[in-house]
Amino acid sequence: MTVSCNSGGKKDSTSNKGLSITAAGATFPMPFYNLAFKKYGELSGVSLTYGGIGSGGGIRSLTDKVVDFGATDAYLSDKDNSAMPSEIVHIPTCMGAVVVAYNLPGIENLKMTPELLENIFLGTITKWNDPGIKAVNTDIKLPDMDITVVYRSDGSGTTFIFSDYMSKISKLWEEKVGTGKSLNWPVGIGAKGNPGVAGTISQSTGSIGYIGSEYAFAQKIQYAILMNSSGKFINPNTKTVSSAAKGEVPADTRIMLTNSSDPDAYPISGFTWIILYKEQAYNGRSFAQAEAMVNFLRWLVSTDAQAIAESVNYAPLPSEVSSLAKKILHTVTFDGKKILK
Amino acid sequence: MNSDKLTKTILFTASLLVLIISAGIGFSLLEGSMPAFKEFGLKFIITNEWNPREGSEVYGALPFIAGTLITSILALIICLPLAFSTSLFIAEYFRNTRVSNILSSMVDLLAGIPSIIYGLWGFYTLRPFIISLGLSDQGFGIFTSSLILAIMIIPFATSLSTEIISMVPDELKEAAYSLGATRLEVIFYVIVPNARSGIIASYILALGRALGETMAVTMLIGNSNVIPTGLFSTGNTMASIIANQFGEASGLKLSALIAIGLLLFVITGIINSIGKFIIRKFS
Repeated sequence: MTVSCNSGGKKDSTSNKGLSITAAGATFPMPFYNLAFKKYGELSGVSLTYGGIGSGGGIRSLTDKVVDFGATDAYLSDKDNSAMPSEIVHIPTCMGAVVVAYNLPGIENLKMTPELLENIFLGTITKWNDPGIKAVNTDIKLPDMDITVVYRSDGSGTTFIFSDYMSKISKLWEEKVGTGKSLNWPVGIGAKGNPGVAGTISQSTGSIGYIGSEYAFAQKIQYAILMNSSGKFINPNTKTVSSAAKGEVPADTRIMLTNSSDPDAYPISGFTWIILYKEQAYNGRSFAQAEAMVNFLRWLVSTDAQAIAESVNYAPLPSEVSSLAKKILHTVTFDGKKILK
Repeated sequence: MNSDKLTKTILFTASLLVLIISAGIGFSLLEGSMPAFKEFGLKFIITNEWNPREGSEVYGALPFIAGTLITSILALIICLPLAFSTSLFIAEYFRNTRVSNILSSMVDLLAGIPSIIYGLWGFYTLRPFIISLGLSDQGFGIFTSSLILAIMIIPFATSLSTEIISMVPDELKEAAYSLGATRLEVIFYVIVPNARSGIIASYILALGRALGETMAVTMLIGNSNVIPTGLFSTGNTMASIIANQFGEASGLKLSALIAIGLLLFVITGIINSIGKFIIRKFS
């Protein structure tokens, strides 16, 4: 059998020459993937390309089998899973968060509770000097100014994570708005992409909105400190985001980590996933191709690659989740035989 | 094969290709929008709820149809006097002078600016200006979008009108002058009646451009999926909702977006036909 050419995990770069791996999907982890793909290309000689076409596009591309693996910010529901041509697995690759950004000149460290978020984004609190906001921010002098809510006008994983959190903390939100990549917003104005929302907020005094943490951290955008499920006010950073995954993570890693029960966790945190077929012998793929891909993914969840993630403002996977991801990669087969030994 | 036959074949193929492409676009839009029309029927066009929530999806395109028509027509109204005056200035009052040459190159330059640049300028310059005038709190909405659209379509209306006005025969104008007509009288009794259909055509062309404009409007209209209630209220347009939500859309939502594309196609078609009708009636 051809398996004999596998010299046990470590491969020299010459044997990978000519192999090319294509992937597409979520735009949220793109800065990380771009760096990691390039780095691994240099290490292994495999040529890797990633197309940031959105989570929906990533799932479609994998369904059509035009990519080696897809990437998505929202895990596939049981229904979506069964709609795939064959069984797929989810591999979490890093963690991100959604920050609540605002524009109030001279006001730092604004604190927000779930009740305030609910009322502001549903449009029942409309002024910054509302008694509710004042009660939480006793040390801040809030202006008599209208609140302008800014949301994503395009379909987005960021909106999905944010609305998933809102649905968990607010019954009213779940009833009226719900969870999704794009929503029927009760109030506010829409802007396209993280840069659009960030730009609109920075240009509009009195505005509030939500932005992907990787973008907010890189751009040094001002954001609120949120109260988590334990009643602690938490600043979003790579540590508090990673903490969100310290609790129970199921074996297939399909879980939304928002409103985590961990006392140190930032409440609007989540995984981003890579999805691939469990059985890799399809469409005439070669064993070498499948093996190179699984090796790459194993590297992607290792500490080396996770350090790259942190350097571009994502939170690294906690070690338990990283070993869970490796365990899942070990279940990937080629012609019924396990690829990783 | 002789050269005449060859030319004929080439021309025939090229024209046929245009027909096939238009029919193909129409067909694929129709096919893609079938699920949405089957689900909602006429309600798709006359209701105003756009809710992509899974399980209770409802799509009504009225807010976008209203947004597109209101912004485009408002833009046309703002553009009309400006474009008309500019084309008279270039083609009649300062005809063949240095001033008109510079002005007409500036107008052409405006036509070449990509729409994203208009959007950025609108976002960073026009919008704060509108806020500072106290017209609106955040500056987003129908008025700002219409204003930027008007600026974008002025060059289209102007260049064509200029061309048409300068084509009015000199003999006619000279005859009018020799009868003692003033410049204004020449414009309104000789030039305009002669150039009428062409001038109207140039505005129809400009309106067509306004209907399909996407990026600049997306950045300024506020993207809220409601029927605009006033000049300064936010809204959304057909092109803008498609551009915004196509990437992550699937299933019924994808079909609803394609259906909006089909409606835009039809509306543009209707407006062009009205334009053709007007031209025929006035010429």
